[in-house]
Amino acid sequence: MSTLLAVEKVTVRFGGLVAVSEVDFHVNEGELVGLIGPNGAGKTTLFNLVTGVYTPTTGRIHFDRKLVNGLNSSSITEMGVARTFQNIRLFNSLSVLDNVVAAFNLHLQSGFLGALWRGAAFRSEEKQIRNEALALLEIFGLQAAAQSPCRSLSYGDQRRLEIVRALATRPKLLLLDEPAAGMNPTEKVDLMRLIRFTQEQFKLAVLLVEHDMKVVMGICERIAVLEYGRKIAEGTPEEIQKDRRVIAAYLGEEVTDA
Amino acid sequence: MGARSLVLIAALAVGLVSFCFTGHPEAAWPLAQIDDYLLNILILAGINVILAVSLNIVNGHTGQFSLGHAGFMAVGAYGSAALTQLNGKACLASLSFLGSAAPLGLFVLSLLVGGLLAALAGLAVGLPSLRLKGDYLAIVTLGFGEIIRVMIQNTESLGGARGLAGIPNHTTLGWTWLVSLISIYCVGSLVNSTYGRGFLAVRDDEIAAEAMGINTTRYKVTAFVVGAFFAGLAGGLYAHFIGYVTPEGFSFLKSVDVVVMVILGGMGSTAGVTVAAIGLTFLNEALREAEQYRMVAFALLLIILMITRPQGLLGGLGGLARWLPGKGGKS
Ligand SMILES: Nc1ncnc2c1ncn2[C@@H]1O[C@H](COP(=O)(O)OP(=O)(O)O)[C@@H](O)[C@H]1O
Ligand SMILES: [Mg+2]
Repeated sequence: MSTLLAVEKVTVRFGGLVAVSEVDFHVNEGELVGLIGPNGAGKTTLFNLVTGVYTPTTGRIHFDRKLVNGLNSSSITEMGVARTFQNIRLFNSLSVLDNVVAAFNLHLQSGFLGALWRGAAFRSEEKQIRNEALALLEIFGLQAAAQSPCRSLSYGDQRRLEIVRALATRPKLLLLDEPAAGMNPTEKVDLMRLIRFTQEQFKLAVLLVEHDMKVVMGICERIAVLEYGRKIAEGTPEEIQKDRRVIAAYLGEEVTDA
Repeated sequence: MGARSLVLIAALAVGLVSFCFTGHPEAAWPLAQIDDYLLNILILAGINVILAVSLNIVNGHTGQFSLGHAGFMAVGAYGSAALTQLNGKACLASLSFLGSAAPLGLFVLSLLVGGLLAALAGLAVGLPSLRLKGDYLAIVTLGFGEIIRVMIQNTESLGGARGLAGIPNHTTLGWTWLVSLISIYCVGSLVNSTYGRGFLAVRDDEIAAEAMGINTTRYKVTAFVVGAFFAGLAGGLYAHFIGYVTPEGFSFLKSVDVVVMVILGGMGSTAGVTVAAIGLTFLNEALREAEQYRMVAFALLLIILMITRPQGLLGGLGGLARWLPGKGGKS
């Protein structure tokens, strides 16, 4: 299995604050990896680095063996990285369906001139995109709400819509930033099953940030733990469960290294 | 957009074209009954519709705040007048193969040249301004408009501060509204497509748009260029309607007029902006006696609208809006 995402000794500073420090980390093709750590540990910042929202102060990020440091977000998405946002960022004036349609932009054959001319090729592509978008919405149980304004969705459904929208870009790697936040335990379990399903269906690698330990342990093949911007542990769920520094980070115990 | 609105637009366009070529608007039925005064207002209304609909793609659909639309209009006005008035003889001579249609051919050509020059200006402003947002972008575009005006003022070959007179009066009601319909069609079709959802995505959330692979820079520049192109066409129509142009006619206040139309009509609603442009043209005429109160009236109108319909005149409405391509024919 080959490496899809490789983060090498990446550091980012905001003024005096080191939000991510010397992090080494990778995701293989088709793998489901968990990223955990207390609030403020740097998980979202790591996502922002990988997707080009921030540029690393030092270190390198490779995706598909290509260096992505300093590229536009949109170019990185074009290479096959898609994400959701912890603080939901939907296109608020658009309908549920149009949020997904907008994300098909990347693979559009008929651009500016096609939209003006509206010929046969344009119309069939529009129809095909619409159908694909509806099919994706259906997987996440949102097809009935397709024409509603996205703001009218419940909080949980907005998070699901963010996943659908990200899938529309046809990614190889999907970054999910607390997709189950605010959901009750049953909803959470359903969502994780769905994530697992889409991962297998679309042959995706998934990097998942989630606070519920039981959920993360149950679904991830491998877990990395961040604390204060540093990676403090990495391994299988069993290894992480037993790791003293992880336990300390979560329970706030003091660790005295021998 | 449904077949229905396409048919509607096509029918209107054919009807209009048929009297575009009659030369004098008075000669064309049913406009023979319309008096000159009303005719002039209708032409001004058409020009304002083009300006408002084209600014709407920048300020409304793409969510950028441009305050320089009069600058692009000036480029179009002077650019087209440079062909028909300054170099009229030479240009007509080279179009002599068109026979008696040469003046009309030159007029159409000059409009296109004016539009393309304005589009180039749009590219020149759009590219460096992209890092700016909100108020900063507004200030830069405002500055651009003023720079254009001052440059024209100091260019003797363009008539300097005195302006250019003797521009042939080619603009008819038919031409004006033909171009209006074309601009409504173009902006409406662009926005109402998967491609066009990109403009709206940029407006709603730039970070999310980028994360979905939408190149926000390219969309913003495209919006600027398309908006400027149609503003240039409007400028050319205006020059060949009034017959003379002065730099003062394209001042910051003209840009503000257009911004007011867009806000009143509802940012991003093509139908609303069209109605607002027509309505404000008539209001302008009604207030001609009380020129100094015009801006007061505009301000009051805006305040009342903000309180009663913050989404704009037709923003978020079905009905009429659905007949225009901007709001999509489906659902
Ligand atoms: N743009 C920024 N400017 C300054 N500080 C930031 C910025 N982005 C994140 N941080 C800081 O970086 C740290 C890590 O934040 P974040 O990545 O959001 O944590 P997590 O997602 O793990 O909860 C926090 O202290 C946060 O305040
Ligand atoms: Mg976070």
